[in-house]
Amino acid sequence: MSAVRTFVDLLAGRRDPAALAPLDWDGVIGVARSEAMLATLAHRLAEADLPPTVAALFADQRAAAAVARRQALWEAEMARRALAPAGIEFVLLKGAAYAAADMACSAGRQIGDLDILVLAHDIRRAENLLLKAGWEWVKSDPYDDAYYREHMHELPPLIHKTRDRMIDVHHTILPRTHRVTPDALALMSDAVTSGSGYAVLNPADMACHCAAHMLADGDLQGGLRNLWDFHTMTRDFAEAGPGFWDQLGVRAALHGLQSAVHRAARLSRDLYGAALPSGWDRHDPTDAWFRRRLFARDDWGRVTDPLLEQAFYIRSHWLRMPPAMLAKHLWTKWRKR
Amino acid sequence: MKHNIRIAVGPVQFRIGSDWAEPIDALGRLYAGYPQDDARPAEATVRLFAARPWRRWLRPSVHIGGDFIVPDALPLPLSMGLLAAEMAMNLQVALGWRRHMLLHASAVARDGRAVILSGESGSGKSTLAALLGEGDWRLMGDEFTLIDPEGGDAFAFPRAVSLKNEAIAEVAAQVDPSRLGPLLAGTPKGDIRHLIPRSDAIAAMHEPARPALLLFPRFGGKAAIEAMGEGEAFVRLTEASTNYVALGEAGYAALTRLVRETPAFGISYPDSATGLALVEQLWAETAG
Repeated sequence: MSAVRTFVDLLAGRRDPAALAPLDWDGVIGVARSEAMLATLAHRLAEADLPPTVAALFADQRAAAAVARRQALWEAEMARRALAPAGIEFVLLKGAAYAAADMACSAGRQIGDLDILVLAHDIRRAENLLLKAGWEWVKSDPYDDAYYREHMHELPPLIHKTRDRMIDVHHTILPRTHRVTPDALALMSDAVTSGSGYAVLNPADMACHCAAHMLADGDLQGGLRNLWDFHTMTRDFAEAGPGFWDQLGVRAALHGLQSAVHRAARLSRDLYGAALPSGWDRHDPTDAWFRRRLFARDDWGRVTDPLLEQAFYIRSHWLRMPPAMLAKHLWTKWRKR
Repeated sequence: MKHNIRIAVGPVQFRIGSDWAEPIDALGRLYAGYPQDDARPAEATVRLFAARPWRRWLRPSVHIGGDFIVPDALPLPLSMGLLAAEMAMNLQVALGWRRHMLLHASAVARDGRAVILSGESGSGKSTLAALLGEGDWRLMGDEFTLIDPEGGDAFAFPRAVSLKNEAIAEVAAQVDPSRLGPLLAGTPKGDIRHLIPRSDAIAAMHEPARPALLLFPRFGGKAAIEAMGEGEAFVRLTEASTNYVALGEAGYAALTRLVRETPAFGISYPDSATGLALVEQLWAETAG
């Protein structure tokens, strides 16, 4: 069995870790590292019977993830101190939000940049306040800068001078040029307050954003991790409130994200064994391409299907912009290579 | 990958894969005397690969990767594949290891107590450690010293020592030629030749040593010893640690303890003989 399938089976709880041959761990650990999920796996298998060196490595990973989580939440606090005094409200997105709300998927989850969502009419003011508080533009060329400002759903990334951490300030969750336009005002106004006092998206919107990020906006890089987020959050939200799947359907329709959300649900059933309610439990033959893309890794952590990877890259751009614009964009990018 | 090898250095089990046989064969010769446990899962993966399939044969150049990739790392010609492999092993440890605080420092031990030498490239720390390791000291390593955040002990990482430029002839004159790797001439770091540590140093690589002396050598100038305060040693070592920040509070606690409990000195020396004499002198005065 391939390492990536073993890895997914271990996360899903379909395989007994004690039954793996010692050297099977090489591939599993290699895949987990390349998916930035080694600490996630370490948490999932915290109680398992493991070879001693694997157990020690996993303990290291859990300790490192605890430090990284604290640092990520400190970044959120820094953003709060920069923006809150001026009355700018923001919602935490993705990893920082999962950590702030102490969700199951945040156990060991890598948190890269700090992602926040502000109202569109606050975005210039938010940028100025962050610049004043020590963030600065990552050096980029004028084309990229203009591109972000005109067409993207976020400011060009900012990095903090002394802490060296990035912040992505969003005004919505998909590029402006995308075929789908989520209701950013509804995302902001229906946000909820997490246990730690930060605003986060409400459960259905959070799942919508997770699916949008994975399937409507990207080329499925980090897909296994995003899918794990989606799987664990929908499982826990459904357990906490029986009407969750219906609410998710309503919000997905509001944001124009039905197709991404339904596909994410089917993939989390296929890979991680999610139990879906009847309206969601369909079969779509095109899912096979997504599964193939998610499983395309060898036990050295390398992508095994470069053509498929390329196809998903092109797809992500195709979704993001109309054809004429895409052609112009790729031409400009190609000339600058 | 087509060619591969497993190597254990100190606490790290490496899995190294390569598109070419040459670097793997060279590693095999250099690490033949290291303990082998082929059933032990790896903690770090190293990949040596061609950027494009035809570059395996046509002007072959070795890219380094693995668990962690530095995007702007330049490839090396296949004739320097061994250097690429060593750099890649160091890179994976520098970026990935979390069990210990990593100091970019060489170290030697005697009677279970360690002298840790930290300094920039060119300060002579590798050469001093190699020469001490040929005498009455156990070589712990020339690149990384690992500090246990719990107990404060130092652990060895005795990779093959990279001798550079003038140090090559100086050490080669003292050791059996079978302990030297091939001469890699004209690398980005100058001439490089690897020295295989003595077998007793390899056999003892899992034995901890208590830090007894922190030295910051500087090659050049007349012989001088300068006591260093805790604050300066602390700051210098934060700069010499690749995972101090990532360890968070545990790194701070380990480093604070290290500089509080271990006397620190800067030493200047015009030649290796003087450098070795200064180390012995400080050892006798503070630790011996």
